[in-house]
Amino acid sequence: MSAPRRRSSFSWLRIWAVLVKEFTQLRRDKLTYAMLLAVPLVQLLLFGYAINNDPKNLPTAVLVQENSAMSRSVLSAIARTGYFRIEHQARTPAELDRLVRDGEVQFAITIPGDFGRRVVRGDGAQVLIEADAADPSATGSALAALAQLPQEALKRELTGALARSPGSAPPFELVVHRRFNPENITAYNIVPGLLGVILSLTLVMMTALGVTREHERGTMESLLATPAQPIEVMIGKLAPYVAVGAVQAMVILGLGRLLFGVPMAGGWAGLALGLLLFIIGSLALGFLISTVARTQLQAMQMSFFYMLPSILLSGFMFPFRGMPEWAQAIGTVIPVTHFLRVVRGALLKGQTLAEMAPSILALAVFVCTVTALALARYRTTLD
Amino acid sequence: MSAAAIDVQGLNKSFGGRRVVKDVAIRVGEGRITGFLGPNGSGKTTTLRMLCGLLTPDSGGGTALGLDIIADAAEIKRQTGYMTQRFSLYEDLTVAENLMFAARVHELDRRSERVDAALEQLGLAERRAQLSGTLSGGWKQRLALAAATLHEPRLLLLDEPTAGVDPLARRTFWDEIHALAGRGLTVLVSTHYMDEAERCHDIAYIAYGELIARGTADEVIAQSQLHTWRGEGPGIDRLAREIAGKPGVEMVAPFGLALHISGTDPAALEAAIAPYRQPPLRWSPAEPTLEDVFIHLMAHARDNFQ
Ligand SMILES: Nc1ncnc2c1ncn2[C@@H]1O[C@H](COP(=O)(O)OP(=O)(O)OP(=O)(O)O)[C@@H](O)[C@H]1O
Ligand SMILES: [Mg+2]
Repeated sequence: MSAPRRRSSFSWLRIWAVLVKEFTQLRRDKLTYAMLLAVPLVQLLLFGYAINNDPKNLPTAVLVQENSAMSRSVLSAIARTGYFRIEHQARTPAELDRLVRDGEVQFAITIPGDFGRRVVRGDGAQVLIEADAADPSATGSALAALAQLPQEALKRELTGALARSPGSAPPFELVVHRRFNPENITAYNIVPGLLGVILSLTLVMMTALGVTREHERGTMESLLATPAQPIEVMIGKLAPYVAVGAVQAMVILGLGRLLFGVPMAGGWAGLALGLLLFIIGSLALGFLISTVARTQLQAMQMSFFYMLPSILLSGFMFPFRGMPEWAQAIGTVIPVTHFLRVVRGALLKGQTLAEMAPSILALAVFVCTVTALALARYRTTLD
Repeated sequence: MSAAAIDVQGLNKSFGGRRVVKDVAIRVGEGRITGFLGPNGSGKTTTLRMLCGLLTPDSGGGTALGLDIIADAAEIKRQTGYMTQRFSLYEDLTVAENLMFAARVHELDRRSERVDAALEQLGLAERRAQLSGTLSGGWKQRLALAAATLHEPRLLLLDEPTAGVDPLARRTFWDEIHALAGRGLTVLVSTHYMDEAERCHDIAYIAYGELIARGTADEVIAQSQLHTWRGEGPGIDRLAREIAGKPGVEMVAPFGLALHISGTDPAALEAAIAPYRQPPLRWSPAEPTLEDVFIHLMAHARDNFQ
């Protein structure tokens, strides 16, 4: 009788053994499997449909101080470029200013009261365009599309006696005023964005592993046998990371100031409050993930899955207003979006707490919802 | 029996449609040590977990320390020490840090004093700064016991606490358990060791999720109605297989140089060994051991189960 085993230094059978084991383990891990499919799918959809490097239809407010055929022609020429969607008719300069500062519109166009008269007299007529240039990529191509506008916009009105000789100066001038970031420095936009992304990446991931680790190592059985309540476990686990988040924020902001000269216009109260809410919200989300994931690997994958829209749909990488409605809707429920508005509002615009209220409120709602969900999901038994 | 520290009835638990605990009723008097025995997978760990609120029974219920095991799980946890079968303290904390965590989570007073005392008592004092993950298996068990008893619980649920522990440490451990019980602590301890079962006041034997024997060791042996013959003599161990096949013989177990032959029908048993009752072999009726009884119970439970 021959030996049931062959001895070889290299064995296809052993490779097969390991391969079959790996596949079987992968198959058991349904969530990992789902993520392997979902991540590329979502990435493809977001990059393919939601993200727009040439954002059009940006929200615009106008203040028309002279209601004439000429001003109407100028506005419709501006709208025809496709980059501007006129959503608001401001009545006063103050209202127009508020719309820009609050970030409700990307552009504010003012047609002054003496516009028509000055055009006719050839006396330095102007149209003022203020752009929220905090994110230069949102305004760049829109402003570039306006270059030819003064030459073309009034062709129909300026005929007959008013006709201009070819080659003469355009009938009016477009004055572009880039607000909040006049030099178009991308770092001013990137640094606040990075603050949000880095904070959520580390905080969500760190805590996402928290509860899962206890399950994976078996320590959950002892922990659950103690009198510790879910809320006590949650606070105890998350509190250290609030400090970690605060330190991270200071490092990023400090370096942003030191290396890139990012302005710090003020709004400290709002920034501090927004930062605190954002840190707590990210931690609570991590905790929620760790009550869903069964292994640390799953927790990592779910955190990563959350990071995708946070980076792509929050207005960090690509202009928020340039995305389709559905993508903006998704972006609205992501805390990074609101945190980004708070940080830009504080650093670049020097917004007051009241002006940041909508974003701060959104963050607060997020914190409450996610905390409640996490506590509801945290099991006090092993079933 | 004095007031019951554990009194549960009709406990049921299923996992994925498979019932692993069936109508289990356990009553343990205050200050008693009850050994919880049964083959692997019979539902011991599952039952212990239901008693301390870690699992919710599908049906059934009762009281532990006079508190409802479902509604008052939180209060039961305060007064119960549970030692898990698998080491479940933090491997990345030191011995002392693990105990300190237990002390804090139970809101104890004089914490460092208690931790020091526990370390001293369990002989862990020199290892207080060692990471628990790097302790040997037996030391881990001792640490887990220290953590489970630190808050002076009134009820102790121990899941195979002495697995992998050396004989001396085991004896120390049992002396300690008896000392605690003397002061009124109630203990339910699962084990696979027969000598430990004999050290318990009472025994509860579970097989395939059903509690099939209860009482003191002597009572359990008497209830089994098992008869045993002990055979000695040269070469008797080689007869084991031959005798095992005979009608009326349920079990043949070698004990060193002797052979234990057991069955419930005394006449059939005697008939089975009759051909071998000649010198140099010597036969004598013997008292069945707990182990004989458990193996007998297990075989019967399996017959009923299938
Ligand atoms: N979480 C679970 N999911 C599915 N089945 C489970 C689960 N926990 C236990 N079981 C099953 O329940 C049965 C009883 O398990 P339990 O751990 O209670 O046995 P035990 O008596 O403690 O065994 P041992 O002596 O080996 O520790 C086993 O068949 C086991 O496979
Ligand atoms: Mg067990």
